[in-house]
Amino acid sequence: MATKIEEFLPDSAFLIDRQAKDWRDAIRLAGKGLEESGFTTSAYTDEMIATVEKMGPYIVIAPGLALAHSRPSEAVLHTGLSWVRLSQAVAFGNKANDPVSLVIGLAGRDENEHLQVMSAIAKALSNPKANAALKSAASAEEIRAILSE
Amino acid sequence: MNILCVCGNGIGTSVLLKVNVEQVASDMNLDVNVTTSDAGSAKGTANMSDLVLTSPQLAPELEGVDVPVETIENFMDSDEVKRVLEKYAD
Repeated sequence: MATKIEEFLPDSAFLIDRQAKDWRDAIRLAGKGLEESGFTTSAYTDEMIATVEKMGPYIVIAPGLALAHSRPSEAVLHTGLSWVRLSQAVAFGNKANDPVSLVIGLAGRDENEHLQVMSAIAKALSNPKANAALKSAASAEEIRAILSE
Repeated sequence: MNILCVCGNGIGTSVLLKVNVEQVASDMNLDVNVTTSDAGSAKGTANMSDLVLTSPQLAPELEGVDVPVETIENFMDSDEVKRVLEKYAD
């Protein structure tokens, strides 16, 4: 599991305590993390934004949390994630779960490759203690350690 | 019970929801088989499930399917998932 997490969430995928002026900007940061980690091309960032434009802010799946993603395409080079923690939460237009302070970017080659790391993330986010620890974690290493627990 | 989790693309939010539904079902000793799908193809496959779970934003796209469609607002909230599963547990 430890190696898997590092493979899917390398240091370059973390953008901690960044500022975004709106939801598009927040998704662009998530796209930047994916691009800099070699998971996607810049086209994928536009695809993630287009997904929300087309289907609405359904990607805001829990209070404060958006899972930015699009479908598998040529813009996805490898399966991986990015982790954007915003210094100031922004609205995505999802009444139940706005505002968003954590944007997880996901690039998937298919629905299976990232299942294990998604399980780890789901487990941590549904645990109040781990969730609080994720909010205050100072480094990529710390966040990966919480997810690996 | 066959449960279909539906999201926009079938690879992200529905996968997270699947993970939580399986966890909650296991805590409830409920025998479930959870699959995921994107909203576009869900209409065709929904009828092979007993229950469809999706987000409030995507529910309108599933209008007309023959099986119950329930919406989940907080995909990470085990209690919310549990309340829905309890309705169909028998």
